[in-house]
Amino acid sequence: MTTVLDPTSEVTPVGRERTRRPESLAGLTVGLLDITKPRGDVFLDHIEAAITALGATVTRYSKPTFAKPAPADLRHEIATQCDAVIEALAD
Amino acid sequence: MQLPEGFVAVVKRDCATCEMIVPVLEQLATDRGLIVYSQDDPTFPAVSDWVVDDTDLVVSWHNQIETVPTLLRIENGAEVERIVGWAVEQWRSFTGVGDLGRGLPEHRPGCGSLSVDPTVAPGLAIAFGGSGLAARRVELAMLEDDAEAMFDRGWTDGLPVVPPTQERVMRMLEGTSRAADDIVTVVPPNLHEISVEKIAINAVMAGCRPEYLPVVIAALEAVCTDEFNMHGVLCTTMAVGPVFVVNGPIRHALEFNSGMNVLGHGNRANATIPRAVQLIIRNVGGGAPGGIDRSTQGNPGKLGLMFAEDEEGSPWSSYSEDNGLAAGVDSVTAFCAEGPHLVFDQVSRSPESLLRSMASQLLSANSPRLTMGMDAMLVISPEHMSRFAAAGWSKQRFREELDEILQVDADTILRGVDGIEEGMPAEFAGMTLPKFRPGGLQIVHAGGPAGLFSSILGGWLAGDKGSVPVTRQVIT
Repeated sequence: MTTVLDPTSEVTPVGRERTRRPESLAGLTVGLLDITKPRGDVFLDHIEAAITALGATVTRYSKPTFAKPAPADLRHEIATQCDAVIEALAD
Repeated sequence: MQLPEGFVAVVKRDCATCEMIVPVLEQLATDRGLIVYSQDDPTFPAVSDWVVDDTDLVVSWHNQIETVPTLLRIENGAEVERIVGWAVEQWRSFTGVGDLGRGLPEHRPGCGSLSVDPTVAPGLAIAFGGSGLAARRVELAMLEDDAEAMFDRGWTDGLPVVPPTQERVMRMLEGTSRAADDIVTVVPPNLHEISVEKIAINAVMAGCRPEYLPVVIAALEAVCTDEFNMHGVLCTTMAVGPVFVVNGPIRHALEFNSGMNVLGHGNRANATIPRAVQLIIRNVGGGAPGGIDRSTQGNPGKLGLMFAEDEEGSPWSSYSEDNGLAAGVDSVTAFCAEGPHLVFDQVSRSPESLLRSMASQLLSANSPRLTMGMDAMLVISPEHMSRFAAAGWSKQRFREELDEILQVDADTILRGVDGIEEGMPAEFAGMTLPKFRPGGLQIVHAGGPAGLFSSILGGWLAGDKGSVPVTRQVIT
């Protein structure tokens, strides 16, 4: 993994622009990111059923720990494999 | 890093002196309780409880080991003294063992410690000491291509950049004596303060060598002035950008090109230093094309155009002397200009003819219909220069004779004359106008030894309302 130093004035976040929200989920690949809090998977099972019915293909992901931001590799994996992502918190 | 009491040695297998003194180390381990830290092989000099693995170089780095073998004496947790390399008498008196190293050569120098090896030292400094760098860390994903990641984040000028890792930035900072957190200037258009560290980050990305950094700093200082007016230079729709001329001995030290293809590509210093400045304007100043940079067509020199003057080949004073510096002072001058175009004259043999030929093309700089509003730079090639040198012309004579010719009858270029609507306003009717304001023509000598071609770079809005050339000394 490479860490680089920000060459900018650092007044804007390093994150890139969000993609626009899709008009419809039909035909899209939707990532469901479980942050691994208890019963988040139960909640996401319901979401998966609901959006599969809308014509989306669902791919499931989970963070190693809910206490830390998702690792860069996981974010990249989701960004390259999915058209949209839903991050779920349950407790 | 706490060391054991008594004698401590730091060694590596890949060192002939360390190999040679293995019997000495064994004797001291047995008789004096020596502990040996091994940098590259934990089984060297022996598999034993007196040999400690230091392949992570933690002990070596924290104890500033520069040479192996190093022998230290530790008392009450602190180093009392140390010796390096092998000198038999020194080791005997240091350890108090009179017969130490019998049969060995009297003296052998040591080898470089792995902890100061230039390929690993920056990494160790970051791991153990903290790099001292303040910039935000940006973590790239494992599956992300580093070069692509730089494009994705909008940090490049359209060409690939070198990813600015901490190690590379630390090496870059070795090119200047200035502290990393020194604020150098305020970068337009967004007027952000910039530190030496931030300059170094962009210099890494541009492909600079560490020794270029002082030139990057001087060039940046030159454009970030009210006089140069970088904000205006950026947002004008004209196809102009900073053009940098380097003078002084640093041209040779950094191997700048002042000869063949001088305004072209192929030389690292010429290409990467101005590119670093442009990346800074983009990344720190926020001056990206399509944003504040509103140029209608731009020009290829906006990737970075810097060249050195051929001072040695010229009989005239240098460009930086014209700008008020003493000969032999390292400097960068920033001039705002469009791309170069040729002065094509392969026939003139007399200085008078060549002068008139050059003047005829200078009259068309920016537009033959306009005068006084814009400066220009004339880059005279060696073969063209030889015409003036052979005739004994001084720079002053060249300028004076040129000024006489560069006078325009305003009636010939008034708006509407010859069916062209562009031109000088009617109030100039009946007047004779100089093409350039006083001091507006910049004269530089550069180019390859053969070829009867010089170049003109038309300027931009000149003077207080636009941009004036700015010279800055290079301070290493």
